[in-house]
Amino acid sequence: MSVYDFAVAPFVEFEFMRRALIGALALAIGAAPIGVFLMLRRMSLTGDAMAHAILPGAAVGYLIAGLSLPAMTIGGLVAGLAVAFAAGALARASVLKEDATLAAFYLISLALGVLIVSMKGSNVDLMHVLFGSVLALDDGALLLIAGIASVTLLVLALIYRPLVLECMDPQFLRSVSGAGLVAHFGFIGLVVLNLVGGFHALGTLLAVGIMMLPAAAARMWTDDVTALIGVAVLIAMGSSVAGLLVSYHGEAPSGPSIILVAGAVYGLSLAFGRSGGLVWKLLPARHLEA
Amino acid sequence: MSHSIDLCDVTLGYGRHPAVHHLNGRIEAGALLAVVGPNGAGKSTLLKGLMGQLKPLDGRITLNGFGVRDIAYLPQLADIDRSFPLPVYDFVAMGLWRQVGLFKRIGAGERGRIEAAIASVGLEGFETRTLGSLSGGQVQRALFARLLLQDARVILLDEPFNAIDAKTAADLLDLIGRWHAEARTVIAVMHDLETVRRRFPQSWLLARELLAAGPTDEVLRAENLLRARRMVEAFDPFAAACDRGAA
Repeated sequence: MSVYDFAVAPFVEFEFMRRALIGALALAIGAAPIGVFLMLRRMSLTGDAMAHAILPGAAVGYLIAGLSLPAMTIGGLVAGLAVAFAAGALARASVLKEDATLAAFYLISLALGVLIVSMKGSNVDLMHVLFGSVLALDDGALLLIAGIASVTLLVLALIYRPLVLECMDPQFLRSVSGAGLVAHFGFIGLVVLNLVGGFHALGTLLAVGIMMLPAAAARMWTDDVTALIGVAVLIAMGSSVAGLLVSYHGEAPSGPSIILVAGAVYGLSLAFGRSGGLVWKLLPARHLEA
Repeated sequence: MSHSIDLCDVTLGYGRHPAVHHLNGRIEAGALLAVVGPNGAGKSTLLKGLMGQLKPLDGRITLNGFGVRDIAYLPQLADIDRSFPLPVYDFVAMGLWRQVGLFKRIGAGERGRIEAAIASVGLEGFETRTLGSLSGGQVQRALFARLLLQDARVILLDEPFNAIDAKTAADLLDLIGRWHAEARTVIAVMHDLETVRRRFPQSWLLARELLAAGPTDEVLRAENLLRARRMVEAFDPFAAACDRGAA
């Protein structure tokens, strides 16, 4: 099999592969930078919890309108934002730390979501909601994902400076500007938007994967936040292409394939990454002069 | 009328528990003032109040001839996430926030000022290193470089010399001396009383209440320091409402 047959022909021959490619690449461009900031703010698990929170909202949309894009999108957005803000507010008002509140919220959400979908639909619908259907993206879903990626990049550019400062030196930011709060809530909004976009392609359970795995892998290669974003986007896009090819040739489900490729990149980065890879620590090397 | 910061019966605190209690005082423009006192005396709280980040539970803080925007603030080293992967140059550059704000480009003129600030704290050659790879003293130097760029008329320093070696402290004290000579107002929370005696003409001794204020030699007398040490640190969860000043 030539390289063309392996890597290019599937996309040339099949429209659903082309659509999946565009959807996955657009998702990677928006979600990877968000993952970088989630990681740097030590909110990796918060992203996971919020992804679960979207499920009951999308499920209510499904209950009302079936597998309808707008209904499930709006439902997911409303539920995601509500849980994000409620968890933050509850953590401030009670003795529970935010991680405990989020864990509680996401377990309840997952159970509730699965229950609602099962009330009306079949197991196939449930699988669709939980693991997405990147090979069945229609025009509406593609436009939604591309739109979310565009909005994400624009808003990130807008709030980039305060967001960085809010992460590393919030006291200073508060002393020069009131933009910290805007940056924080803008960022949370972007997280929810990208999770809703990812939900259509990869499902609620895997959407977080394309955010966090490339970010964590990229951290092993560079020590500069700007470069980190670039590397994470490249890894996410590469994983998307490779994952789709793996699923095509191996007849494996595509969403999990994409996430597993990203996982493999993460594993390799952990071992060989230029910035603190484990292999370099094990190799015997003489210490330097200065 | 001369510029000053006036505190009139100011109580600052968290919840309803006062960390700074019924404080009256005036800081003249151009003062070089050390705020000293035991742990939990309300020193950092006072700085937050001066910046307007904490609203007084009672009383009034008045800035005469200053705005909140004239105040620059050096946070405690512990409040900064040093593992964040940001190069020293970018970190220092944010001292120009008032000029560049959210999106304005950092042009040639700004770059010159940033380089000069980095040079004057002795961090040349560290521009592309991340904060995480610097020592505590070097991070403190970077923070002072950022303060230099802020070019503020009032400078608040929260424990600037904690866990800093003697050479770095001496360099940074020279910077503070320069600010004083330029008639900027400098207010520093300090623990090392020797340094305060040598370099700060004025002091406030704080132990929730303002125990003494004025020339440093008089404020740091043994009997005052003894009184400060006796201050009760823990707050009382069943404390009754304070009616001082209410009558």
